[in-house]
Amino acid sequence: MGVEFIYPEFEVVRNDARCIACRVCERQCSNEVHAFSAERGAMVSDETKCVNCQRCVSLCPTRALKIVKSDCTLRENANWSNQTIREVYKQASSGGVLLSSMGNPKNFPVYWDKILINASQVTNPSIDPLREPMETHVSLGKKPDRISRGADGKIVCELPPQIDLAMPVMFSAMSYGSISYNAHASLARAATELGILYNTGEGGLHEDFYRYGPNTIVQVASGRFGVHEDYLEAGSAIEIKMGQGAKPGIGGHLPGAKIVGDVSRTRMIPEGSDAISPAPHHDIYSIEDLRQLVYSLKEATEYRKPIIVKVAAVHNIAAIASGIARSGADIIAIDGFRGGTGAAPTLIRDNVGIPIELALASVDQRLRDEGIRNNVSLVVGGSIRSAADVIKAVALGADACYIATAALLALGCHLCRTCQTGKCNWGIATQRPDLVKRLNPDVGSERLVNLMTAWRREIMELMGGMGINSIEALRGNRLMLRGVGLNETELRILGVAHAGE
Amino acid sequence: MKRVYVNEAWCLGCHLCEYNCAFANSGLSDMVLALKGKPIYPRIHVEENEQISYAVSCRHCKDPVCVKSCIAGALSKQDGVIRIDKNKCVACYTCVLVCPYGALAPSEAGVMQKCELCLQNACGEPACVKGCPNRAIVYEERGEAE
Repeated sequence: MGVEFIYPEFEVVRNDARCIACRVCERQCSNEVHAFSAERGAMVSDETKCVNCQRCVSLCPTRALKIVKSDCTLRENANWSNQTIREVYKQASSGGVLLSSMGNPKNFPVYWDKILINASQVTNPSIDPLREPMETHVSLGKKPDRISRGADGKIVCELPPQIDLAMPVMFSAMSYGSISYNAHASLARAATELGILYNTGEGGLHEDFYRYGPNTIVQVASGRFGVHEDYLEAGSAIEIKMGQGAKPGIGGHLPGAKIVGDVSRTRMIPEGSDAISPAPHHDIYSIEDLRQLVYSLKEATEYRKPIIVKVAAVHNIAAIASGIARSGADIIAIDGFRGGTGAAPTLIRDNVGIPIELALASVDQRLRDEGIRNNVSLVVGGSIRSAADVIKAVALGADACYIATAALLALGCHLCRTCQTGKCNWGIATQRPDLVKRLNPDVGSERLVNLMTAWRREIMELMGGMGINSIEALRGNRLMLRGVGLNETELRILGVAHAGE
Repeated sequence: MKRVYVNEAWCLGCHLCEYNCAFANSGLSDMVLALKGKPIYPRIHVEENEQISYAVSCRHCKDPVCVKSCIAGALSKQDGVIRIDKNKCVACYTCVLVCPYGALAPSEAGVMQKCELCLQNACGEPACVKGCPNRAIVYEERGEAE
């Protein structure tokens, strides 16, 4: 109270004419916002605890609830926003670094929304995907530069190891620990059914999920949690995580409270100990060092699995990607500054990194200019929100996209951005057993399959409209894109003409 | 025959099934009108303690002891569904005593009531199943002997 008081951000509006006091909201709120007052004979709420996750709203059987933004406001100030002032208050009372979750919510330009897609008219026929074959299959990995023939004159068909995907989308890294067992189960089952891959993240692979190995990417991050021989062998590919879009340049910290039971065993660290991922890999201080780790992992798996190197999109991303392409890596994954996280310092999330659209365009161009584009496949993530974003990414030069926030939304996430509290009411970003069980993987995997099926259909529709019947023919085809409302520099970096040109 | 089954692993103990049941059997089209400000008499009940919860309703037993024990002939089995004729029930509570699942309970009117799979009300399919937010209650054919 007093100087420390900050008026709650949200208000719980209960329509008393509709509320039947069934107390579902009370039972479902892990933040303990709702309670039944016997004295009043009615439900009451304490909005100071509300994070606006919408769980109560979604489950209220009579639609008696809504959560609204509070209109109790400080005096308008274009420079000092309400949010900024509140953050200063919070820090003045706590002395701590501000923490946030999920992706950068600030009003930076979203280049996807300033790029438009072409369609065929008159001079070239469009294709109806419902009547004609349409290929969305992609394979990721090193591709040969030229056709070579063996001693017998026959074409050598052996390729370096590849990942095969039924569509150019994968579920990106979210560790077991940051998300729940049931969230992982949903992702693994959906990836298997869809013929795509999901990514373990840095927390190791729960023993129950080894059976989804062919559809799994196992990650090796700076903390090396859960990494052992069987783990490396378990997946179809191995990803070295150098950076993450939401927090480039810093490591991770999973609080000891979340290192319980199976999470502790899977990560191979004691229960209750904090899982700290260092900011750098302590054995990687150069491209040469990275090359050593790439080849260590290749040796460990007998060159049967492609190695992915994941980096955050930062200022010199083109040069960094060029180095990675020469390090022996098969696939480069680039994570844009809007990528999500289970917890990151707010300031880093909101101020560090660059948009994935610009990073992708400059990396693809740089690798082409240097004649090493075939050395690697490019996977991009960091807020791919729809099939249109996927199409635009592929046309800008990506081989495939990583999605995570969209996948979590399919699982029930309402983007309240308080994963760091560990009290996720949707059973996703939590390890509390009573909350984890709220995500039934039967429902979760079905919804993920639905989402991806819908996107695949839309991808085919968009390709058909352009008269393209294979996603391979769209890759790097920037003539299919036009910018709107972009300046010369932005257009040059994106390598697209302005609409009307 | 399709029956209501409960998977306790996914039951959240939210009690929505009880409210959906009471509403479905209220004969009203407005949930607020049906349930606001009064005690509810659902035919499914959530059993719970701190670790576990699950909803229990009539199992529609192959060999139903409630039917055998009913002194008024109010309980009967029709196409596999155990039904109760409220006009015959004399509220002797014998069925409540013998049912091993606690599936019978008094209605608001005093006579006994039980789950009849929403086949007799406007819902047409079990309301508890339809409204379960986590698919913990399912209505399916599991091939058990009738």
